[in-house]
Amino acid sequence: MISLPASKSPESAVKVPAAEKLKVADLSAYYRGKTALRSINLDILANHVTAIIGPSGCGKSTLVRCLNRMHEVQAGNHAEGQVWLDGEDIYAPGVDPVQVRRRIGMVFQKATPFPTMSIEDNVTAGLRLNRRRLGRAERDRIVERSLRRAALWDEVKDVLRQPGTSLSGGQQQRLCIARALAVEPEVLLMDEPCSALDPISTARIEELLLELKASYTIVLVTHNMQQAARASDYTAFLLNGDLIEFGETNQIFTNPGRQETEEYITGRFG
Amino acid sequence: MEPSRKLPARNDAEPRPPQPTRQVMAAIAEKARVGSLPGLLGDRLFRWSTATLALMVIALLAGFAVVLTMQSRLSLVKFSFRFFTSSNWDPVNEQFGALPFVYGTVMTSAIALLIAVPLSLGSALAMVEMLPQWLATRIGFMVELLAAIPSVVYGLWGIFVLGPWLRDNIDPLLAGYLGFLPIFQGPQLSVSLLTAGVLLSVMIIPYITAVCTEVFRAVPQNQREAALALGATRWEMIRMAVVPYGYSGVVGAIILGLGRALGETIAVAMVIGNRPEIAASLFMPSSTLASAIANEFTEATGDLYLSALVELGLVLMVLAVVLNAAARALVMGVVGQQGERR
Amino acid sequence: MSASTRDSFYLYRKLKSSLMMGLTLVATVLTLLPLIFVLAYLVSKGLSSLNFNFFTHLPKPVGEPGGGMANAIVGTFELVALASLMGVPIGIGAGLYLNEYGGSLSAPARFAADVLIGMPSIVVGIFAYVVVVRPMHGFSALAGGFALGIIMIPLVTRTTEEMVRLVPQELREAALALGVTRWRTTVSIVVRTAAAGIATGVILAIARVAGETAPLLFTAFGNRFWSHGLSEPIASLTVQVYTYAISPFANWQRQAWAGALVLTGIVLALELGVRWITRGRLKPLR
Repeated sequence: MISLPASKSPESAVKVPAAEKLKVADLSAYYRGKTALRSINLDILANHVTAIIGPSGCGKSTLVRCLNRMHEVQAGNHAEGQVWLDGEDIYAPGVDPVQVRRRIGMVFQKATPFPTMSIEDNVTAGLRLNRRRLGRAERDRIVERSLRRAALWDEVKDVLRQPGTSLSGGQQQRLCIARALAVEPEVLLMDEPCSALDPISTARIEELLLELKASYTIVLVTHNMQQAARASDYTAFLLNGDLIEFGETNQIFTNPGRQETEEYITGRFG
Repeated sequence: MEPSRKLPARNDAEPRPPQPTRQVMAAIAEKARVGSLPGLLGDRLFRWSTATLALMVIALLAGFAVVLTMQSRLSLVKFSFRFFTSSNWDPVNEQFGALPFVYGTVMTSAIALLIAVPLSLGSALAMVEMLPQWLATRIGFMVELLAAIPSVVYGLWGIFVLGPWLRDNIDPLLAGYLGFLPIFQGPQLSVSLLTAGVLLSVMIIPYITAVCTEVFRAVPQNQREAALALGATRWEMIRMAVVPYGYSGVVGAIILGLGRALGETIAVAMVIGNRPEIAASLFMPSSTLASAIANEFTEATGDLYLSALVELGLVLMVLAVVLNAAARALVMGVVGQQGERR
Repeated sequence: MSASTRDSFYLYRKLKSSLMMGLTLVATVLTLLPLIFVLAYLVSKGLSSLNFNFFTHLPKPVGEPGGGMANAIVGTFELVALASLMGVPIGIGAGLYLNEYGGSLSAPARFAADVLIGMPSIVVGIFAYVVVVRPMHGFSALAGGFALGIIMIPLVTRTTEEMVRLVPQELREAALALGVTRWRTTVSIVVRTAAAGIATGVILAIARVAGETAPLLFTAFGNRFWSHGLSEPIASLTVQVYTYAISPFANWQRQAWAGALVLTGIVLALELGVRWITRGRLKPLR
């Protein structure tokens, strides 16, 4: 299938030499027989924040959930096409989705700390799956490192044994980020991580994104265009399951190549 | 005895009533206005009469407590705590010690739970976490049918099919491998503690399965996805997200099953052999609190004998009330909580 | 990825997951096996002993072949009818109160109903014996119906409450806004809207008590002949099956299988019928 007439291909748009971490090729997704995404082609560059924007129901959540094979978890869903992670197709036959998700972490719209686990157990939840043994010292070190990276350490260092659900909404979301970071993923997918948060918590997480992109590749789904403009380097605009435009965030917001994009970012619909 | 009725909570199968259209409503309203009782009087009368009926339900429970306590007074006074520590049940000499029945009840319920809990948990997990929806629905339906079969039919099947089969196939195996344990020694009979326990497990599995299924379905999908996103396998997801979230509900389901097992009467009475003695071996006949009442009540001559039997019933009632109240609180903690969140 | 797939610990995790999920399937099969075995034995043993006489004749004395359970079949229907007369109005009324008025009585009443649902049926038998049999100086159909009625009350109460809860609040408000009195609203709008659901609950309660044995043992007791009045002992399918099953006579045991088949047939027909009806009604709404 021929790729959509994106305004500019990422290769030509990118001036900085950055490797593509994820390459989405001809990806279509279906939801109970309905098409949610139509042959998407998209390159996601390492150590950058790529935002996916679009009106509700445009498929932006579906797209990000396809990137770690989470879309297919729900009955009746499936995806076709390729997503190359460092040159390996995660949709190739024989690839184990569990292994994919180990490398591509995810943070959800709603903070999902495990309610029966303490803060530190939440952080190490994913880690404990992969390790036979986890020494006390190493454990403490990883808990502290992950919580520091998620900018939560100072707030919770004295209450690590408290349940994760005792934290505020914004703290819970950062706990989930720490939990995702603890397993040392290469890519971090964030599906509207701030939609349930107040402006102050949102600002903290946006700051965090800027720090995290030094070590991780980040894909951020958001319905908040200001957030995409503030926090991302590249922006993809989706509409009705089609990728309308993809390019540098600056360019998308100041000089969109397509009329639909312009209408959306100027608030004429969605 | 259909499981969804055990816990009158939200249930997928619950039919949503069709709603009258505006026109139908207006017609009803018109009809109702014409020739109805004067508003306030009718309202008060209706409220008062339904409140009386609700009060009857409360009075009924209170009535059970009063009637059973009063009727077991003779035995309560005469034997006091000795009733539970003595194993001498001798109607001829009017000596009544309930220990053999307590023992039989504990042993049969323990066997039943030992078998039923893993099977129920397993099938509930399979239905919620693994099987496709259409198959899970059909299996859930069959489990409900299992709960609908009358006790006496299970008893009949237990006497003629299950009991002999256990005696011929399972008892020798248990005696062979675990014969060093006193509970697996001695003659092997088809009417026995073991047969009663296994039959009870068949009878309580539908209840535990149905409640566990409901509990696991109440676990939010985002908890599962959070575990999967960390790279958990399906089983690890269940251990990390599903079981901990539903834990108290599962405990509630097990307690509910225990309550059923303790109180089940007729099927147990048919396969346990009704011998008021403590049998060291599970292959031997014994008796439970409930089966003793069923077996001896109509033959009870003398007030003290009857009173002792009613005291067995009183014990059963207290156990049932406590277990049911606890189980419901635990299950509602999981299932009800989710309902509010929706 | 392929390198880490070879990781032995990961392989262990994967195997463990597959093994445990496989065990849940085994558990599912083991859970359903008894249903198949019980029904298979019922049909194979019951059908061979079932004939026309079974439905039309009285039981024969020991040693005489033939005979039936006509009186027990009729007795079961009679007992269930008596139970419904008591359990249905009380249950529906109490259920309406729980949802429509929800006064200070509703929490204790709901608790009482829940606990009564879990009450061992043999205990209900004792209660009915003390309250009805003893004052009447004898076992009777009335006592049996009373015991079964007690079992029905909490079942009908709770299903009624759940069913009328499903009626949207706007319907009540719309009716009240039209000037309909509260009680008329309840009867004409709420109950009418939830009628099918309430009927479902009643039928399921009937199916449940029709299969009860323990509470009848010393209330309705049993009768080898036709019962000629509500104050006489009366036969029921369940007690008859019980008596015949534990008897040492091969002929009676065969009759027990036939009786069990008929009993299960009635109970499952009620259950399946209700499900079939509600399924059909559910579709257009989904």
